[in-house]
Amino acid sequence: MAMKLKLINALFFSLISSLSFFLGSSSVGIHDGLRITNAERRIDLSSHIIKVFLTLKVENKGVSSMSEVILGFSPVEIDHLALLKAAVPGGTKKKITYTSLDVNPKLPDGPNGTKYFSITLLNPLKAGEAVTLEVLYILTESLEPFPSEISQSESQLVYYRDSAVILSPYHVEQQTTFIRTPSTRVESYTNVEPTNRAGLELKYGPYIDQSPHSFSPIIVHFENNNPFVVVKELVREIEISHWGSIQVKEHYMVAHAGARLKGAFSRLDYQSRPSANGVASFKQLLARLPPRVSSVYYRDEIGNISSSHLRLDFKKSELEIEPRYPLFGGWRSTFIIGYRVPLEDFLYESTDGSRRYLNFTFGCPMMETVVNKLTIKVVLPEGSKNPTVVAPLTLEQHLEIKYSYLDVIGRPVVVLTKRNVVPEHISPFEVVYDFNPAFMLAEPLILVSVFFVFFLACIAYLHGDLSIQKYKTS
Amino acid sequence: MANKVEAMAGTKPQDPKSSDPSLFDDISSFNFSLKSLKLKTKQQEFLIRVTILCLVYVLAFSTRLFSVLRYESMIHEFDPYFNYRTTLYLTEKGFYEFWNWFDSESWYPLGRIIGGTLYPGLMVTAALIYWGLRFLRFAVHIREVCVLTAPFFASNTTIVAYFFGKEVWDTGAGLVAAAFIAICPGYISRSVAGSYDNEGVAIFALLFTFYLFVKAVNTGSLSWALASAFGYFYMVSAWGGYVFIINLIPLYVLVLLVTGRYSMRLYIAYSCMYVVGMLLAMQIRFVGFQHVQSGEHMAAMGVFFLLQVFYFLNWVKHLLSGTKLFETFLRITVTSAISVGILALGVGSASGYISPWTGRFYSLLDPTYAKDHIPIIASVSEHQPTAWSSFMFDFHILLFLFPAGLYFCFKRLSDGTIFIVMYGLTSMYFAGVMVRLILVATPAVCLISAIAVSATIKNLTSLLRSKSKVHSGSVKGSTSGKASSKASVDQTLPFQRNAAIALLLGAFYLLSRYVIHCTWVTSEAYSSPSIVLAARGAHGNRIIFDDYREAYYWLRQNTPPDAKVMSWWDYGYQITAMGNRTVIVDNNTWNNTHIATVGRAMSSYEDEAYEIMQSLDVDYVLVVFGGVTGYSSDDINKFLWMVRIGGGVFPIIKEPDYLVNGEYRVDKGAAPKMLNCLMYKLCYYRFGELRTEYGKPPGYDRARGVEIGNKDVKLEYLEEAFTTSNWIVRIYKVKPPIIGGEFSNSLSFLPLD
Repeated sequence: MAMKLKLINALFFSLISSLSFFLGSSSVGIHDGLRITNAERRIDLSSHIIKVFLTLKVENKGVSSMSEVILGFSPVEIDHLALLKAAVPGGTKKKITYTSLDVNPKLPDGPNGTKYFSITLLNPLKAGEAVTLEVLYILTESLEPFPSEISQSESQLVYYRDSAVILSPYHVEQQTTFIRTPSTRVESYTNVEPTNRAGLELKYGPYIDQSPHSFSPIIVHFENNNPFVVVKELVREIEISHWGSIQVKEHYMVAHAGARLKGAFSRLDYQSRPSANGVASFKQLLARLPPRVSSVYYRDEIGNISSSHLRLDFKKSELEIEPRYPLFGGWRSTFIIGYRVPLEDFLYESTDGSRRYLNFTFGCPMMETVVNKLTIKVVLPEGSKNPTVVAPLTLEQHLEIKYSYLDVIGRPVVVLTKRNVVPEHISPFEVVYDFNPAFMLAEPLILVSVFFVFFLACIAYLHGDLSIQKYKTS
Repeated sequence: MANKVEAMAGTKPQDPKSSDPSLFDDISSFNFSLKSLKLKTKQQEFLIRVTILCLVYVLAFSTRLFSVLRYESMIHEFDPYFNYRTTLYLTEKGFYEFWNWFDSESWYPLGRIIGGTLYPGLMVTAALIYWGLRFLRFAVHIREVCVLTAPFFASNTTIVAYFFGKEVWDTGAGLVAAAFIAICPGYISRSVAGSYDNEGVAIFALLFTFYLFVKAVNTGSLSWALASAFGYFYMVSAWGGYVFIINLIPLYVLVLLVTGRYSMRLYIAYSCMYVVGMLLAMQIRFVGFQHVQSGEHMAAMGVFFLLQVFYFLNWVKHLLSGTKLFETFLRITVTSAISVGILALGVGSASGYISPWTGRFYSLLDPTYAKDHIPIIASVSEHQPTAWSSFMFDFHILLFLFPAGLYFCFKRLSDGTIFIVMYGLTSMYFAGVMVRLILVATPAVCLISAIAVSATIKNLTSLLRSKSKVHSGSVKGSTSGKASSKASVDQTLPFQRNAAIALLLGAFYLLSRYVIHCTWVTSEAYSSPSIVLAARGAHGNRIIFDDYREAYYWLRQNTPPDAKVMSWWDYGYQITAMGNRTVIVDNNTWNNTHIATVGRAMSSYEDEAYEIMQSLDVDYVLVVFGGVTGYSSDDINKFLWMVRIGGGVFPIIKEPDYLVNGEYRVDKGAAPKMLNCLMYKLCYYRFGELRTEYGKPPGYDRARGVEIGNKDVKLEYLEEAFTTSNWIVRIYKVKPPIIGGEFSNSLSFLPLD
C-alpha cells in the first residue's frame, strides 16, 4: 500500500515537474534573485539511516540583498526527515571551521506539497555576492525492502527512491549527485543521462541549468544487509538521588524493519553456516554508556537476560547485548537496560547552592539505530522546584509526579518527547531546578521516627498493664 | 543498655508473678530488678528466647534465598507461573474482576473460569502485601513480592511452631521446633524464594489452624475456637490440602471420645470450629457446598453430630439418677443415632446429593489406585510413592528423632500431645503415599523431634547441674532412654556426669550435622528455578541454558496475539504467563478428555494429527527436546504418558504400538509408529543432520544416548518456526488448510499488524 502511494507520488512529481516552473514562479517569486551556481549532493546509503550531504554554492544575482536561502523537500522526504543541519564553512584553507546556521520551516508550501526550510545566513547576501553552504540531512525508513519477504539464507535488497536532480526553488546551474551503496551488488538503477557507476558509487550528473522545482525520479535497487534496527519506542528514566548516584533505566522496543522473514527459521542452518545464513538478521546490539557505570542490568518482562558483556573504559563504557533470539525481518523484542552513574559526573551546583544543573545526554545510546519515539523522564528528587530544560533541540515537554520509596509529596518528573531520533541527535541537554538540601534528610527522618515510635510502643506495651482482670500477686 | 533491656523484658505481662511489682519498679528505679536474682534469670531467659526466635526468623528467611542469589529474583517451575499471572491480574484489575475472571487464554476453546477454579488465598495474600507496601510508599514490584512470599510465610511458620511446641510441651521444645522447621528440607523444597505456590502459605495456615485448635481444646475458650475457624478459612482459601484438616480434627475428636477424654473444652472447641469454619469455607467458590455434599467431608459432619449426641447423653445422664435406666436410654439413643446417620448417608449417596470420593482421595488411601485408573495423576512425578531415600533426604536426623519424640509424647499424654502424635502418624502415612505430602508431615515431624531433643537435652543438663546435690536427687525419672540406662547402671556421680557430657556432645554433633545437611540440600537440590538450567562446562565454568524463556519470549513478541499454542500440559502455565499466548491445555488438569486429545495428536501420524490440530484451531506446536543438551525431562521421555493418557480416552491409541517388546526406544529398532508419530517428527526434525558430540554419528541423541532411528524427517503440514539456541524448545507453525490442492501460503504471511 505504502509502496503504491510512493509510486503515485513519484509519477505525480515527474508529470508536474515541467509545470512547476510556471507555478513556482508565483510562490517563490521573492527569491528570484538567488541562483545555485553549483550543487553537489552525496547520499550515503550504507546503513538504513540515509545521510545526505549537500554542498550549495549560492549566488545573489538579483538586486536586493537576501538574508535567507530556501531548501525544498518533497512530502515523502518530509515524513522521514529526522535531522536537518546547515553550516557555512569559514576560516583559512588549512583549518576549515564551520559555523552552524539556523534552519526553520517556512510557509507557505511550494507546488505539489513541497515543504520549504529556510536557512538564515550570518550576514545578508548582497547583490552579486556568493556563499557556500553545507547542508546535512538525515532520512530514516526510506529504504523499501524488495522483495519484501526473504528467506533466511537470502540477502536483503532494498529500493531507494529519490530525484536525480535537487528539488530547489532556485535555478540550479550545475549539479551532481553521488550515491554510495553498501556493497557492489546493485540490481538496477534508473538511468538519467549522464549516469555512471563505479565500485560503490553511483554518479548522476552533472546536469546543467535545471529550472526551479525540477524533479526526475530515480530508483536504485541494491543490496543492504546492515541491520535495520528500529527502536519503536524508547523510554529513558533518569532518576537523580542526591545521596550520590543517578539511576538510569531504559525501556526498549526493538524491531527489525528490513525484509520480513519468509517461511521457516532453521536453527540448524543458522548455527552451522553462519556466513551464508541470516546475513540480514542481527543478534547483538552495542550500547555506548557513560564512563564509570555500575550496577548494569539487562532484563525484560520475564526476567534477566544472561547474554551481555560490559567493557569499561575511562572515556566510555560499552555494553554489548544480545536479545534472547536473533532478530530477523519483522521480528520484535523488548528489553530493559539499567545502570547507575556517579552523581558528581552529571550534576552541578550553582555557587549559591540553591540551583542544580543536571547535564545529561539526549538520544539513544544504542549504535546505529533509529528511534521512532523517544521519551526521556528526568525524575528529580523530592522537594525540587522550578525545573527548566535547556536543550539544543525542540522537544515536547510536560511535568508528572512519581511516587517512589518513602515519598510523601512525590517527585517531579520532567518528561521530554521527540519523534524520529537518529544517532546524530546525541547531544547534551540540561535540566535546571531548585533544591533545598534539607529535603535529603526527609526520608531518613521518616525511617528513624517510625522505628522510634515502634520502640516506644514496645516499651509502653511491656511496662503498661492492659489486662482488665488483675492477677493476684504472690 | 543491657540492663535496661533486661528490666523491660522482665516486666512483661506474660509473667504474672512479676507484673505487679514491675509497675512500681519501672517508675522508681531499675535497681530493684537487678537485686532480685530470680527475676533476673527470668529476664535473661526471656531475652535469650526472643533473641533466638528472631534469629530463627531471619534464618528461615535467608536460607531460602539461595536461588535469588545464584540465579535471579524469578518465579520457579510450573504452577507458580499461573499463580503469578493471576496475582498480576488481581493487582492490575482489582478483586472483583479477578473473582469473575473468565480466562479465554487457556483450555482453548473451552476457557477456564479462574475465580471459580482456584484457591485465591495465595494471590490475595500477595496482593495485600503488595498494596500494603505500596501504601507505605515502598515502590516494590509485584514479582518481588511473589518471589518472597513463601520465605516470609516460612518465617512466620517458625513462630507458630514455637507457640505450638510451647503449647504441647514447653518453651524449650518450642524453640527447638522453630529451629528445626526453619531449615527442614522437606519444607524448604516448597518454600524457597520464587516457589510461589499455594503450599508456601498453606503450611503456615495448616500449622496455625492446628495450633489454635489445640489451644482451644486446652483452654475451652470460644475465642480460640473462633480463631481456629478463621485459620481454617484461610487454609481453605489457600490450598486443597485443607481436606487433611477437616479429616484429622474429627479423627482426633473421635480418639479423645473413645479414650474417655471427652470434656466441655473439647465440645466447645470442635462445635464452634466446625460450624463457623464450615460456613466460612463455603464462601470460597472453588469449595462451595462440598462441606455438606462431598464424601470427603462427611466424617467431620458425622463427628459433629456424634459430639452432640454425646453431650445430650451426658445431660440426660446428669438428669437420670438410675444407671440402668440410663443404660437402656443410651442403647436406644446410640442405635437410633447411628441408624439415622447411616440412613442419611445412604440416601444422600444414592440420590447423588453427596458426591463420592474423588480419585485423588482414593489414591491417597490406596496408593495403587491412580496407576490403574487415573494416569494423569500417576504421570506427575510428585504424585509418586515416596522412596526411603527421599525421607532421609528431607528429614535427616528427624527421621530417628521422630520415634523418640513419640515415646516422650506417650509418656506424658495430654490432649495436646495426643493431637501431635495423631498428626505425626497420619501425615507420615500420607508422606509415604505421595512424595509431595512429605511437606504436610514436616511440621509434625519437626515438632515431635523437637520434643525428643528438648526433653533429652533438658534431662542431660539437669544431670550436669545436679552434681552438688545428693545421689538420690540426681537421677530424674524422665531422662532419655540412653541417659537413664547409663545412669541406672552407674550410680557413681562423676561417671554419670561424663556420660551426660558425652551424650550432650553427641546430640550437638547430630544437630550440627543436621544443619549442614539442610543447608547442603537447600543449596544443591531445592534452589533451582527449573526455568533456567545450569550446567558445568568443560573448564568448570557455569553454562546457563535459558532456552525456555527464549522460546516463550519469542512467542510473546513474534506471533499474532491470538495465536493458539499446542504443547503438552506441563508447559501450559508457562506459555500463558511468559509467552502471553493461548494454550490448549495447561497444568490445571481439569479436563482429561482435552488433554487426551492433545496426547492423541502428539502420538498420531502427521496427517491425523493435522486434522485434530485443525479442529482445535492450533497455530503453533511447542515441544521440548533435550537431545542436543542431554536434558532428560523432555517430551520424548514424557511421551509414553501422552500415549497412555490419550489411549485412556481414545482406544485407537495403543501403548504397545510404540514399544518394541515392551521396551521404549527411539533408535533404529524403535516401533514404526513411534518413528513416524508427530512427537517424534517434531523433536527430531533435521536433527539427523546435526552432530551433537565429537566422535558420534550425526543425529546422536545425548539425552538417551542413542543414534536416532529416523533421520530423514519430512514435515508436510507443519513447518519449523523457531528453535532455541540449544534446541531445548522447538516451535512449529501449523500450515493453513489446503485450498484447491495447494497451501494458501499468501494467507499465512500477511503482516501481523
